[in-house]
Order: sequence, then C-alpha cells, then structure tokens
Amino acid sequence: MSLHEEVELLRNIPLFCKIEPSKLKLLAFTSERLSYQDDQILFNQGDAGDAAYIIMSGAAAILIDTESGPIEVARLKKGDVVGEIAILCDVPRTATVTAKDSLTTLKVTKDTFFRLVTEFPQIAVEIMRELAGRLERTNTQLREAHSRKAS
Amino acid sequence: MESTLFRFIWRYSKRDQILLLVLTALSFPFLYLSLDLPKTIINKAISGKNIPAEFFGVTVDQIDYLMVLSGLFLILVCVNGGFKFYVNVFRGQLGERMLRRLRFDLYSRVLRFPIPHFRRVSQGEVIQMVTAEVEPLGGFVGDSIALPAFQGGTLLTILVFMFVQDWVLGLAAIALYPIQGYMIPKLQWHVNQLGKARVRNVRRLSEKIGESISGIQEVHANDGARWALAGFTERLGTIYDIRYEIYQRKFFIKFINNFVAQLTPFFFYSIGGYLVIKGDLTFGALVAVLAAYKDLSAPWKELLTYYQRLADSKIKYDQVVEQFDPPGTLPAEMQQAELEQDFRLAGPIVAANLSVLDDEGVPIVESLSLNIEEAERVAVVGPSGGGKDLAAMLLARVLMPDSGQISIAGEETAKLPEAATGRRIGYVGPTAFVFNSTLRENILLGAMHQPLAPAPDGTGDVAERTRNLENARLSGNSLDDLAADWIDYRAIGVDTEAELTKRLADLLAVVDLDGDTYTLGLRGSIDPEAKSGVAERVLVARQTLREKLAESGMEGLVESFDATLYNTNATVAENLLFGTPVGDRFALEKIAENAYVRGVLDKTELTHDFLRIGRDVAATMVELFADLPPDHEFFTQYAFISSEDLPDFQILLGRAERLGLDNMAPEDSDRFLSLPFKLIPARHRLGMIDDDVRERILEARRFFAEDLPEDLQDAVEIFSTERYNAAASLQDNILFGKIAYGQADAGTRVGEALAAVIEAENLRDAVIEVGLEFEVGVGGSRLSAGQRQKVAMARALLRRPDVLIFNEATAALDSGSQTRVMANILGETEGRSVVWALQRASLGQSFDRVMVMQGGRVVETGGFADLQGADSSALKALLDDE
Repeated sequence: MSLHEEVELLRNIPLFCKIEPSKLKLLAFTSERLSYQDDQILFNQGDAGDAAYIIMSGAAAILIDTESGPIEVARLKKGDVVGEIAILCDVPRTATVTAKDSLTTLKVTKDTFFRLVTEFPQIAVEIMRELAGRLERTNTQLREAHSRKAS
Repeated sequence: MESTLFRFIWRYSKRDQILLLVLTALSFPFLYLSLDLPKTIINKAISGKNIPAEFFGVTVDQIDYLMVLSGLFLILVCVNGGFKFYVNVFRGQLGERMLRRLRFDLYSRVLRFPIPHFRRVSQGEVIQMVTAEVEPLGGFVGDSIALPAFQGGTLLTILVFMFVQDWVLGLAAIALYPIQGYMIPKLQWHVNQLGKARVRNVRRLSEKIGESISGIQEVHANDGARWALAGFTERLGTIYDIRYEIYQRKFFIKFINNFVAQLTPFFFYSIGGYLVIKGDLTFGALVAVLAAYKDLSAPWKELLTYYQRLADSKIKYDQVVEQFDPPGTLPAEMQQAELEQDFRLAGPIVAANLSVLDDEGVPIVESLSLNIEEAERVAVVGPSGGGKDLAAMLLARVLMPDSGQISIAGEETAKLPEAATGRRIGYVGPTAFVFNSTLRENILLGAMHQPLAPAPDGTGDVAERTRNLENARLSGNSLDDLAADWIDYRAIGVDTEAELTKRLADLLAVVDLDGDTYTLGLRGSIDPEAKSGVAERVLVARQTLREKLAESGMEGLVESFDATLYNTNATVAENLLFGTPVGDRFALEKIAENAYVRGVLDKTELTHDFLRIGRDVAATMVELFADLPPDHEFFTQYAFISSEDLPDFQILLGRAERLGLDNMAPEDSDRFLSLPFKLIPARHRLGMIDDDVRERILEARRFFAEDLPEDLQDAVEIFSTERYNAAASLQDNILFGKIAYGQADAGTRVGEALAAVIEAENLRDAVIEVGLEFEVGVGGSRLSAGQRQKVAMARALLRRPDVLIFNEATAALDSGSQTRVMANILGETEGRSVVWALQRASLGQSFDRVMVMQGGRVVETGGFADLQGADSSALKALLDDE
C-alpha cells in the first residue's frame, strides 16, 4: 500500500475527513505502517501507552482481563482508532489488543497525536464526539445493568 | 626539587655544560685564525712582496701560494661551520633533555600530590605549567653557562685590546657600564614582577577555559555564555594591561642600552680627538679602538639579552616549582618500591583515632576508631556529610588522615608503598573515571602495575626502542617499556590470554555489564584475517539464522541481500552499491557526486529517471513540510531535506517547471539527483521506485561491480553470501539483510532469534570480546555514568584484592541493577573483607555488620536486623527518613 492509498483511506475515516489531504499525507508519512500476524499482540493491558493505532485493514480484538480469563469485549475494524485513551489521559493500557484477519495499522506516536490534536481542533472535536458517544453507551449499559439487578 | 634554576641545571647537566664550555673554548683559535687569515691573503699573497715565498720549507710561486691560503681559508670556514653546527645541535639536545626531565619530574609530582590538594589547583593551571610555562626553559638551559662564557670572553678580549691601545679610551668605553649595571637590574626588577603577575594571570585564564569545558552543560542549561564571556574578557584585560606595561618597561630598558651604546662613541670622538690633536694618541690607535668598540657592542647586547632571559627563566622556574611542592606530597619511593611476591593484606583492619581537618582546620572526621575482622562485610551508612565517604577513602589510603593510624593485617598502611595499597586494596569511588581507551584496557588497568614480561619479539623496532630507552635514561624519565606485557596474570589468577578474556567476560557479568558489552559487540566489527575462526562461525550463524527464521515463519522479517534481487528495505544507494561503503567516497551523502556512479547511471539510462524521481521527492517534501516551523523535529526524523535547504528546493522546483528538467543548470539538477539515493521504498512508501527503475538499478549494480576501477576497489566492500564483510558490524554480518519495515515488532523478534543463534553457535563470548574493544571516548563520554561505575568496579575486582572498599560506588546505577551488582560482588568476594559506604541505609541488609556514621564519627555499630529491631537507633532513623 502506498502513501496515496493510505491518505485515501484516512480521508474516509470520520475522525480525519475534515483535514486537508496534505496534512493527512504528513500524518501518514511520519507514522509507521505495521502489519501483524493473526493473534499477535499490539499491547497488553497495564502497559504504558506510547501510541495510538489506526486500523487500515483487518481487525483488532479488544480483550479485558477478568478473574475467569480474558474476554473479548469488542472487535474493531478498518477505520477505527484504538489505544487513544492511554495516551490521552496518561493511564496504563485499559485493555489488551490482538490482531485478527491480517491486521495492518498506522502507528501514531503520542507526540504526533498530540500535535495533530493541537494543530487541528476538528480532530479534537471528533475525538470528543467519539468519547462522549462511548460514555453515553456505557451509561446506558450501566442503567440497564442496574435495572436488571433491581428487578 | 632543586630550589633554584641553576641548581637544577648544574645538578643534571654539569658534564654537558662543561663539555659545551670546552667546545666553545676550542672553537676560539679557529675563529681567530679565520679572522686573521684574510689579512695574510691580502697583504702577502695578493699584494705579494716576498714571492716566491718559503712555505713550510717548500718554495711556492704567487698563484700557488694564493691557492694554498685560499684553500686553508675554505677549510677554516668548514671547521668553524662544523663547530657551530655541532655546538648548536648539542645545545638544543641538552635543552630538550633538561626540559624533558623537568616535565617528567613535574608530572610525577602531580601523581603524588595529596588528594585534597586537587581542590585547590585546577587542571587547567597544572596543564599550563607543565606544557607552556616551562617550554622556554629548555632553550635557556643550553645557553645558561656557555653563552655568558663565550660572549663574556669575547667582550673581555676586546676590552683588553682597547686598554692595550690606550687605557684612557678603555676607561671611556666602559665608563657607562656601572650606570647601566646599576639602572638595568632596577628596571628589570619591575619587569620581573610584572612577568610573575603575567604567569599567574595566564594560569587563571587556562583555569577559566578548563572550567568552562568541564561545566559546558551548565553554561548551556543556564544561558551562562555571556557571563562566561565577560569573565574571560576580564581576565584577558588584566593580561593585556600587564603585557602592555611589560612592553613599555622592556623597551625602555632597550632604549637606555641603545642610548648608552651610542653615547660612548661621543667620548671617543671628543676625548680621543682631543688626545690625537694634542699628540698624546696616534690616529691609527683611535681608528683601531673605534673598530674594536663596534665589535664590542655585539657581545654586550647578547649579554644584556641573556640577562633578561635569565630573569625570565628564573621567575618561571620558581613559580612552577613552588606549585609542585605541596605539603603531604608522597615520597617518590612510595610509588616506586616493589613488594616481595605474595605480599597480602588479608587480616583485620584496625583504625585508631583518625581525624581529618578541612581547609579551615575544622575536623570533618574526629577520633574515628573502628575494627573490622578479616573477611567481614561491613556497610557504612549515615547522612551525607557524616563522614562515611571520608572513612572509605581513609581506609583505602586515597586520603591520608591528619592524625591517627590505620593498620591492615598488622601493617601500618601509611608506611606501605602504593604497590601494597594499590594492589591488595581495591577502591571504587562515586565518580568512577574511565580513560580514553577501550573497555578492555580500562578494566585491565586494575592489574597493570609494572612491566612483567619483555615485549614479545617482533614488536616495533628494537633499535629504536633501545635508543628511546637510552634517551629516557639520560633525561631521568621512566625506563619502563610501554610495549612490554604489563598485565599481572598471577594477580588475576589466569595463565593464558584466552583465560583472561574468559575472566573479563565473567567480571562483566558480575558488574552487570555483560548485556551492554554484548550489544556494543554486535555493533562492533572484526578483522576477518586476524580472527578467521570468529568470521567463519559468523558465516555459519548467518546460515543458521536464515533457517531459524524460516522454521518459525519469520522469514518475512528480514529481507536478505541477494545479488539478483532488489531489496525494498534498503536505500537505493545500498541497492546500487550492493555493499558497505568504506570511507566517504561512496557514503550516502556523497554518492551522487561520485563520477564513477554517475557514469554507471548514464550507462543504464537511469540519470533522467533519478532526476525525475528527485524532483518528485522534492515536491512531496515541500508539500509535506513547507508549513512546519524550521525547528520542527519532523525534519530531523523524516525529511530528506533539511529545513534550511527547503526554500532552495522550492526555487529549484520552480526552475524545473519553467526550463524543463533536462535544461536545468548542472549544479541545480545535481541537487535533485542526490535525493533518490536515500529512498527506502518499504519505509517511505512513496511509490516512486517502480519495477522498471528497479530492474535498471539491478543492471546498474552489475555494471558497478564489473567495471569498478582499481582505485575505488577499497572504497566499497561488496556483499557476498560466502564472505565475511569486514566493513560491516558483526550484527549486520549475521543478518546479511535488512530488518523489514512495517512488520510489527520485527526488530525485537529478529533480535531474539539473533541472540538465540549467537548462543547456539557459541558466538556470545566472541561478541563480548568485540564489545570489549569498544572505544569509550574522552573521559568515558560514550558510556553512561552507571556504565562507568561498573567498569571501575570490574577494574578493582580484576586483581582479586584482599580488602575491597566501595564508596557509594553504585550511586549512578538504577535500583534494580544496584541490588543485583551488590549481591554479585558480595558473592564474588566471599572470604575477603569488604567495606561499603552506602548511599542508602536500606541497602545495608546484606552485610554482616552496619556502622552508622554521623558528624565524623561512628555512632552505632551492629547487625542490620539488631539495629533495626532496637527501640531507638540511628539506623532506624535513617531508614525512616528514606
């Protein structure tokens, strides 16, 4: 996959769709593209976070450690971003992520990511929207769990 | 040291000075003859009255007579020239020898200075004194006795001649000498004082430079450049003022001398003329005296210059010597004395009533007494400034106590030579120093005390060594041969070189430096001729790594070099060369300028494509980076073009647009041409090196290797599957390819496979051996502070001393490494006494006993657990503080 194709792909991701192509090109050029073998681990829960990953192809499984072993809580696909929480709020990785279906990612380092967010407020807004959406989902799940417990 | 310059000269060069005097005296008759002979030639041979003349009983005619005398004259010229040449060389040699002796003496004193003295003298000052300040003394030594004798003699001869002509005129000639003799020393005294001040101030200047270099980081970190420059200016100003005043006074002396020299003829003309007119003196005598006076001025001037040089040299000598005799300097015998073999210091350590005073005379260690059993391990803890570091230094005899004494195994350490303390005691301080050499040599320094075996036959030039040795003897220098084998195998406990290397590797493991050395070794290279065994095994490892990677499905992680394939993980330059550049002719930055490479590009019709690709790369770079601030880190990390060059390329792109690529000026198109060489397709993903270009680069690769001219053969080491590549690192030789970009964790996974292969092929020791050859840089600057401390610990452990003293020796290590190293060392030194001044009290757990020091004395001693368990103890307080 060449830089051009990567830029095309980035443009179709909601998070980046409003950014000029030349900036996306810079993002792609300065980020490492990585291919994974299936089940290879991107990072482990508890690791220090140093980068976020944009999924270019394939899928990534999000696993959370529980007492009964790891459970897959979500599966991300092309265009999704994974690992941004740990670099946004400096907490250890909240989940383990493994590669599925010949995963390819663009690895955006913490520095590049922050520069991107400060230079392009649109991205910050998009991320806020995404995080707020997730929070809303979690709240709904919590409410449901509560009412289930109550009944 | 000799208190005055002349004592020093006389003591060490008596014989040479006398020889020089004799030679000078011997040259006089020939000089006289050569002055006298022309008179005979003119008067007798040319004006010829009694021709044919009797010449040593032989009758000769005029022409023969002239020829004989002229021939004689020629011989005299040669003899005089010969004398002068010999005397000058001899004098120079003598001066150099004495200078060599003086410098050696000064340096050997520096090695014997008491340690606290280094708080008062700066490195810059000492260097300035030993190198620059004593330099003029060398020139003076050769002249010191012979010159005044020669010039004085000449002066005296002429004076006698004048007095013989007429005693009144003789008196007139020297009438002003008393005045000069009175005034000049007075004037000179001031110049001397200024000279002293100048020397002091130049030292301050060197000190300032030395200080700025040592503290350069502070200067940058605190924006201190202007303050430093102002300080330097102030010192330069002082020197300028002094120098200016010296010039004024010096030239005033010169003026007086010249004036007096001109004034004397005034007496000759007036008094002499009067006497001639009166008839008391013949005219001829006056002319003779005037001529003689002219000759007189030369030696007189020489003598006056000599006087000034003498004064100058004396000041320099006095000022240097007084700095090199601080009280407490170790006697030379303490460093030179040898011990009987198997001297040991194994036994109890007893220190009684030790005290150390600071510069103001305030005690910083006060009546410190302690007992340490043989083979006991004692931790010394306490607050910093409590004296634990001083206690460690005292026990190692790096510091001498102001009162009290220490004995180890019944020997009073103050009386032992360094051969005992510096071999049987091991000491590592907090600021471990590493010398500018290899890791290996730095560790071996711990067991290199004296030459033990003569240099093996065939080392260097034997005749030259003998000559050097003789010169060293004549200059009172060290007679130890640097090329000899200095390594004390016995002390290390090994017999052969191979065992030594094994031992070094073990020690590296003890101080937790083996991993780092291994990494350095992988990056290092070997000479495949000298180490053919290792090179062969590397080639086997190369094959094994291939197989191993294939077995575990990792073959995609390394793209091997293959003469017939394009390597997408290597630069275009590497693909073209298909080898490692040696030197800079084919280096990445210069390859585009290389005429041969350009020829190859032309031949394969790549020049135009490279130009086009270069332009596209430049356009992409301008597009990506033009908006970024020039200091943006992306430039250094990712850009092909530096931020300074970016605007140039913008202009060049404009020109290319206007003129067309092929019509650009050569210097412009050259800049485009240099860009494609840096492209790595797999990394940069610009998609600019298409299949057709790749094909032709492969073709260019073949041409490049086939036609490579003789003089460029050594500028590149071509890759070959069957050959060890001497220009590449060990790691690159085993890899023989490029780690693929874009494969997750490729570096780590290949690294693990590589380590496994190295282990399997028994190459680990060889790699460590290569790592040991790593050059550590000035002051070990290429190592971290922790690594330097580890080297120092390995150095102290190497010779297996009976007593080991560590003074916060692991302070620069991270805490994991610290505990590991400490445990390793305590294991390694089982059965020997260890005293360890610890930076943290909690580290004292693994020791037999803990001593707590506060305010310069031991306030508590006992087992760690006992003290920790006590109701109230100083150790507990320290532990709570942590």
